[in-house]
Amino acid sequence: MATSSYPAPESPLRSVYRWADERLGLADLAAFAAHKRVPQHAHSFWYYWGGISLLFFVVQLLTGILLLVYYRPGKEAFESVRQITYDNDFGWLIRSAHSWSANLMVFALFVHLFSVLFMKAYRKPREFGWWSGLGLLSLVMLFGFSGYLLPMDQLAYFATKVGLQIPGMIPGISGMVEDLVRGGPQVGEATVQRFFALHVVILPLVFLPLLGFHLYLVQKHGNAVPPGEARKPAAERRTIPFFPNFLAQDLAMWLIALNVVTILATLFPWDLGKMADPLAPAPLGIHPEWYFMSQFQLLKVVGVIVPGFGGEIAGMGLFGAATLFLAAIPLIDPDSRFGRRAKIAAWGGALVMIGMIVLTVWGYAAL
Amino acid sequence: MSEASTSGNAVPLETPRRRDLLQAGMGAVALAYLGALGYPVYRYLATPAVRSRLEGQITSVAIAEKSLPAAGAATMFLFGTRPAMLIHHADGSWVAFDAVCTHLGCTVGFEPQNKRIFCPCHGGAYDMKTGDILGGPPPRALKAFKVEVSDGHVIVSRA
Repeated sequence: MATSSYPAPESPLRSVYRWADERLGLADLAAFAAHKRVPQHAHSFWYYWGGISLLFFVVQLLTGILLLVYYRPGKEAFESVRQITYDNDFGWLIRSAHSWSANLMVFALFVHLFSVLFMKAYRKPREFGWWSGLGLLSLVMLFGFSGYLLPMDQLAYFATKVGLQIPGMIPGISGMVEDLVRGGPQVGEATVQRFFALHVVILPLVFLPLLGFHLYLVQKHGNAVPPGEARKPAAERRTIPFFPNFLAQDLAMWLIALNVVTILATLFPWDLGKMADPLAPAPLGIHPEWYFMSQFQLLKVVGVIVPGFGGEIAGMGLFGAATLFLAAIPLIDPDSRFGRRAKIAAWGGALVMIGMIVLTVWGYAAL
Repeated sequence: MSEASTSGNAVPLETPRRRDLLQAGMGAVALAYLGALGYPVYRYLATPAVRSRLEGQITSVAIAEKSLPAAGAATMFLFGTRPAMLIHHADGSWVAFDAVCTHLGCTVGFEPQNKRIFCPCHGGAYDMKTGDILGGPPPRALKAFKVEVSDGHVIVSRA
């Protein structure tokens, strides 16, 4: 072990470590970390994206707590965000970091999702890793949707109004959406208050244990090796120790990710629009956040083909089918025995990814 | 630097200088980084406190006629952000004190019947004309303000 080759004299720091080790078993942890190895190959770069997503989540957690110090939901929602953004020292920076990091987290998660998909890391025994990951992504989308309303400016107001209109179109659900989610026939104080509860209490309460489960599975099964690498004879496969080598690389990635957040937040601070006013017309060119753009465009496109109310249902059906397909991938392609099934998973996954990218670009072009 | 890596047997296997320098440098960079992250966060959290300290830096307060106490009574007011007390004594004289007990910060009250200013928290008692300690745990007298009476209103300022 690395420590035994450099026998250090008993420094004060070392005796403190020994004291803690005797009581907490830190050496076991160090031994575990020293034992753990990470595969090293041409596609190793994609291993970082789960960790990068995690870093952005930590930034969300910390900046979210800071915003919570001054944010007031309900009637004063807009005014409190105005104060944070324009009156408070560095409030603009904290809020910008929260918004930028949210967007970067969704981006990193999509990269993570599709890299896991194409590296076939969902195969046995990692099915629950895939499913818990999809669950985490869905929760992140809900975080994004609920957080977007909280400033209560014009964009937030109309985005939420439209966003809630869509599930409200499903027959039999519209009443429930009004009663339970919107808190009334119009987006208003009651909506902000409950979105706030959702955003800062309910979602974190569900998210954190699921994240813990996801990370536990990553520890349990280790990094998956892509099929091309797995076919190589064992002697040709390379690994590096998790500690300190991979962790050092992870840390470097985190530092880069953190720098990206701070640079974007500083140079492109998030704006605050006019206070939400139900009587003002919706701002021109209003559109959802980029990570909802593909769904938005899908509804628009299908709406042209299937006019009227049926279009929304068909669009949502297509979106639901794509989601279901992603969830079913570990069942379609459970291990390396079935060549045809592996192709279905890969091409289906590619279709979903390309569909999302095309619809997103199309959506922006059509604004 | 280069001697350390080439001189082989001449010096101990690992010269501490290079490693120490690198570690100290990394530590300094890490500290600078933490400082760059921590400074905005500190300022962000401290904003209300800083603002109220600025508000507290006033030098005088005018009290309008309708708020003035009758002879033998006192009125409480804010001097900046701190509670203060204006006493109109029965003999017609005016005094004003910082109304925060010098012991542990409770707000004191005027007790004309006992001819004192009293802090109920731990029984600190102050002279109602000078603010000097009469009894109890307070370490210092109450801070007195300068009081000027001019046509109807009263101006209280730092002594």
